[in-house]
Amino acid sequence: MDKMVELRNVTKRFGGFVAVAGVDLDIRAGEFLTLLGPSGCGKTTLLRMISGFETPTEGSVHLAGQDVTALPPYRRDVNQVFQSYALFPHLSVADNVAFGLKMKKTPGDVIRRRVAEAIEMVSLAGFEQRKPAQLSGGQRQRVALARALVCEPKVLLLDEPLAALDAKLRRSMQIELKRLQTRLGITFLFVTHDQEEALVMSDRIAVVNKGKIEQIGGVEEIYHRPRTPFVADFIGQANILEARVLSCVGAWAQVLCRGDVGLTVAGEILAAEGTTLLSIRPEKIRLSSRRPAGENVLEATVHEEIFRGATDQLLLQTAGGFELTAIVANQSAAEEAFHQGDRVFCQLHPDDVVVLAREGGVNAVAARQT
Amino acid sequence: MTSTTLASPQSTRRPGWRAWVAFSPLLVWLAAFVVVPTGMLFVYSFFKNAGYSEVERVFTLGNYALAFSPDYLGNFARSTAYAGLTTILCALIGYPVAYHIGRAPAGRRNRLLMLIMIPFMTSFLIRTFAWTTILDHQGVLNTLLRALQIIPVLLNDKFEVLHTPAAVMIVLVYTYLPFMILPVYGSVEKLDESLLEAASDLGAGPARTFVRVVLPLTMPGVGAGVLMVFVPAVAMFAVTHVMSGGTVYLIGDVIEDQFGSGGNLPFGSALGMVLLVGFIATFFLFTRREKTT
Repeated sequence: MDKMVELRNVTKRFGGFVAVAGVDLDIRAGEFLTLLGPSGCGKTTLLRMISGFETPTEGSVHLAGQDVTALPPYRRDVNQVFQSYALFPHLSVADNVAFGLKMKKTPGDVIRRRVAEAIEMVSLAGFEQRKPAQLSGGQRQRVALARALVCEPKVLLLDEPLAALDAKLRRSMQIELKRLQTRLGITFLFVTHDQEEALVMSDRIAVVNKGKIEQIGGVEEIYHRPRTPFVADFIGQANILEARVLSCVGAWAQVLCRGDVGLTVAGEILAAEGTTLLSIRPEKIRLSSRRPAGENVLEATVHEEIFRGATDQLLLQTAGGFELTAIVANQSAAEEAFHQGDRVFCQLHPDDVVVLAREGGVNAVAARQT
Repeated sequence: MTSTTLASPQSTRRPGWRAWVAFSPLLVWLAAFVVVPTGMLFVYSFFKNAGYSEVERVFTLGNYALAFSPDYLGNFARSTAYAGLTTILCALIGYPVAYHIGRAPAGRRNRLLMLIMIPFMTSFLIRTFAWTTILDHQGVLNTLLRALQIIPVLLNDKFEVLHTPAAVMIVLVYTYLPFMILPVYGSVEKLDESLLEAASDLGAGPARTFVRVVLPLTMPGVGAGVLMVFVPAVAMFAVTHVMSGGTVYLIGDVIEDQFGSGGNLPFGSALGMVLLVGFIATFFLFTRREKTT
C-alpha cells in the first residue's frame, strides 16, 4: 500500500517541554487515520508538523515520497480544516472556497466550476454570497471543508473540526465526513479527543499519549485488542485487573486475580512468572442465573445497578471482594434480568480477556512479541 | 452584554436616568465648550466686520463669499495637501509599527505601547520646540551631517531643514503618528492567528496573505487612523509657522490671524464653519464606507 505521509523519528520540543517524542508514523494513501488522545498529548502538534505550521526539532516529514520538512505550509500539498474554521470574515462563501484555487493561479472559469461543485458537495448551494457571520456553526464547518477539499489536497488535515458542534449535529457530520472521504478517496488525517468519534469514522486509529503513539491499528483491533492500560482505558470502558501468572502452558496461561479469582487467559505473550494487567470490556461479560459450562465462571452479586438508557451497567462483586463492571442491553424486556442484590454467574471468555503491556508503548509490546 | 439585556431589556435602547446622571459632566462640558462656542461662531460668521475685532450685527453672506474666493482656496488646498501627505506618511510609517506591536507577545506588546505613549507626557509645545533645536542651522542634524562630512561635500554649508516645508512635514508626521498607530494596532491585535495560518495553508505566501487577508481585515483601523490624523492636521496652525519660519501659511494660520492681528471675527468664523462642515462630511464619508465593508 502506498504511503502518503511518513513521519520519521519526529520530535518537537517547545523550550523544555517535549510535545512529540520520536514518533514514527505512516499514513496510507486513501485511508482515514485518526490521532486520538487526551488534550495536551501532542496530537495537534503532530498534525501541525504535517501542515507545516510547526517544524520538527528532530526527524523528517515526507509527503508522497518527498521530504517536506523544510517547506512552508503554502508550498505543501495538504490542506487543513481548522478547529475554529478560520473562515475569512471579509469574504463571501464563494470567495472563501475560491481562495486556494486563486492562490494556485487556476483559470477563472475552472475556479467558478470547481467552487460551484465544492459548494454543491457540502450542500450549501444558494449560500454562495453569504458572509461567514451570516452562517450557522454547521454551515461554517461545511464551508471550511469545501474550502480545503476544493484544492484537492494529497492529505486533508482535520483538527477537531466537530468539537464546536452540538452532539446531534456532530453525529450526523461524523457519518457525512466518513461517506465523503470514502467517495473522494482522499487521505484524511483527523485529530480528536473523542474516542467514539474516532471509532465511528476511522479506518485506523493512532492512540497518542505523552507525545508518543501508544498503539496504532484498525478500529476493531484498537477496541478489542488494546495493548496498554492507557489504550484500554481511553477507548470505551474497561475492567483493568492486576493478575499474577501461575503457569503458562502452550497458548494458555493461568493467572490469579484479587480475591483468589483464578482465570485462564490467552497467554502466548506471557512470561511464566510475574504479574500482568488484564483488560475485559464490560459488555463482553456474559451473565446468567444458572452456572454455565466452560472456563472462567465467577459467582457474584449485583452490588449496584445504573440505568443508562440503551444499556444497564452492573457492578458485580464476588464473595472474595473481586469487582467487575458489566454492561448489558437494557433489561426491561430481557428474559433474564439482574437487579441489585441478585446472585449471578458471570463468564469471562478467555479470548475476551486481553493481556496488556504494563508500561511503555508499541515498542515494549513489540519487544515482548518477538 | 447578555446579563444587561436580561436585567433590563430597554437599557440597551434608551438610557435610564442613571445613565444621564453619569453622563451629565460630559454633557455640560460639551455644551459649554463645544456647542455654545460653535453656535457663536455660526452666528458671527453671518455678521459684518467692523474692524479691530468689532462686528456690525447685520446679516451678510460676504464672509462665505470671501472664504470661497480664489484668494483663500489656495490656503484650503495647501492645508488639505499637507494633511493628506501627513496622513499618507503616518499610514506608511505607522502601519508596520502597529503591525509589529499587535503581533508581539502580550507582555512586550504593553511595553511597546508605552513607548508610543511616552511623548504625550511632555507638552506638545515643548516637543515642537525640541524639533527646532534638532533641525536649525547649528542643530543636532547639521552637526551630525558635518561630522559625517556630508556637509560640505554633498550639501552646502547653508543647508538647513528648519524654516522649510520639510520641517513642517516632519513635525506634522511626528505629532500625528501615534493617532495612526493606536487604531491600527487595535485592529491588528484583534486579527485571528488562525486566519493567517488558513491563508498560508491555502497557498498564500507572506506577501499575498498580507494583501488578501491582513490588509482588508485591518482597514477599519486604518480608516479610523486616517480620520484621527487628517482632521486635526488640516486645522494645524502656529506649529507650521514656527517650523517654516512663516514660509508655509495654512488655513489654520489664516483663521488664527483673523481672530488675532487681523481682527476680522466674522471672516474667521466663516472659515472655521467651512472647515467644520468639511470635517463632518469627511467623517460621514468614512463611517459609511466602514459599514459597507
